[in-house]
Amino acid sequence: MAEAWSWTEIWQGYLWPLLLMAFWSVLLLVVLLVCVAFLLLMDRKVWAAVQMRRGPNVVGPFGLLQSFADLLKFVLKEPLIPAGSDKGVFLLAPIVASVLALAAWAVIPVNEGSWGRWVISDLNVGILYLFAISSLGVYGVIMGGWASNSKYAFLGSLRSAAQMVSYEVSIGFVIITVLLCVGSLNMTDIVNAQQTGVGTRVGLPGSALDWHWLPLLPMFVVFFISALAETNRPPFDLPEAESELVAGFMVEYSSTPYLLFMLGEYVAIVTMCSLTTILFLGGWLPPLDIAPFNWVPGIFWFMGKVTLVFFMFAMVKAFVPRYRYDQLMRLGWKVFLPLSLVMVVAVAGVLHIFNLAP
Amino acid sequence: MTLAPAFFYLFAFVTVASGFMVIWAKNPVHAVLFLILAFFNAAGLFVLLRAEFLAMILVVVYVGAVAVLFLFVVMMLDVDFAELRAGFIKNAPLGAAVGLILLAELVLMIGFYFVKPGAVVSATAPIAPGVTNTEAIGRLLYTKYVYFFQGAGLILLVAMVGAIVLTLRHKEGVKRQSIASQVARGKASAIDVVKIAPGTATVPPPAE
Repeated sequence: MAEAWSWTEIWQGYLWPLLLMAFWSVLLLVVLLVCVAFLLLMDRKVWAAVQMRRGPNVVGPFGLLQSFADLLKFVLKEPLIPAGSDKGVFLLAPIVASVLALAAWAVIPVNEGSWGRWVISDLNVGILYLFAISSLGVYGVIMGGWASNSKYAFLGSLRSAAQMVSYEVSIGFVIITVLLCVGSLNMTDIVNAQQTGVGTRVGLPGSALDWHWLPLLPMFVVFFISALAETNRPPFDLPEAESELVAGFMVEYSSTPYLLFMLGEYVAIVTMCSLTTILFLGGWLPPLDIAPFNWVPGIFWFMGKVTLVFFMFAMVKAFVPRYRYDQLMRLGWKVFLPLSLVMVVAVAGVLHIFNLAP
Repeated sequence: MTLAPAFFYLFAFVTVASGFMVIWAKNPVHAVLFLILAFFNAAGLFVLLRAEFLAMILVVVYVGAVAVLFLFVVMMLDVDFAELRAGFIKNAPLGAAVGLILLAELVLMIGFYFVKPGAVVSATAPIAPGVTNTEAIGRLLYTKYVYFFQGAGLILLVAMVGAIVLTLRHKEGVKRQSIASQVARGKASAIDVVKIAPGTATVPPPAE
């Protein structure tokens, strides 16, 4: 460095942006984790309601503080590490799982206000980043299952590896169909492309009919089911099928490492819910772009839609029985893969013939 | 950008160190995990070169799919370390030869760079302003190199078909589920209504 370092330059060039970025990241993570705590409670409450139980209702009013009580319980318990385990990998696995799940939120935009985009990093290749990070999620599971040095854990992790790799393929094709309609890999552009669509073409004001769920309806269904499989949610929770494998890859985990696994799993579920919202349900756009609806800030619409998708996740968990493993593979490779591949070609063809491509 | 060199050294150091650990690690699973770390840091280097698309594809394809299958296979192998060590001396000359060739190629490359520094840079054309990385790759790949691209796709397809042909076995006598015939099953073929006279315990055989 030839020129002298001046403190104002360092402050304005590096420290202040760094502090600002750290502040926004911490804010996003705190809001996200509090939301995850309440969504977890909602998951249990919905499950209980379907089975005509009360669900957690002791800690706090209506059991609202149950998740925080669980957090304290997990943190205060003793972490057990099996003697035959590979200690380094055993402890690394839950950290990998939770850090990757949280890292995906760097590119998820939650709103676009008049003062800018509400996103930590407005990447050009945002959706690819998200896809890459979610495809890494399998490592937490494989490493955990292998390092536990236990039959059940190992079988669970093998199942999970095959399952997550299979369903990533159809998720990738679904994302490609959406990208064909948008013409950009940026997440905010994907939402903004849904301001015009089927509804505005027939002369209606901007509404829920413009969003991608309507023209790409089969892909919406494929994406929703693949998201269930990708996040190991019931009815595809074979890696941790308790009736066959005790708890699958998590069987040897206790205390905080277990908490990290569960946190990573739920954050990944919320990530998939928000990805569904962004790709198909118009992100933060109001369902009807007229007076009382577009006064509401976009962040509330975004959170509302994510909660709606999560409610569907919870309902599926409550009333669909677990798939058998060969049926799972058949669905992924013989039904979803050809269907999504044909849809990529069909969507590209329609966009090209009718000159609709952006 | 004063930060870029710092990140370059970070990524480069971790890539080289984990590459070294791939061959140094005693446990093959650890070796694969270090390989994955090396892939990941190579993606970081691509980001520093402003090739975000390549970086993400590297993570999706190599880390997210290829390395998973790699890990999958290595985890299930029962590797006998003593046997592996025994083969080390026998295969050492071959390994040394491969290493020497690679070293010679690297020396040639770097020597070329020192003799004529401009040549390496001029091999890459700068991306036009306003065109994203992804778009630039797409334009080149689907216009100038479209036949090579399709050819590569065909080769992969042939490899895939070959792998399936090699492993497909039709076993006799295996019960398979036919979902179509299950769904097509109706009331008429699934239910036999049988009249049993009061007091008789025997059930008459179903009418064919």
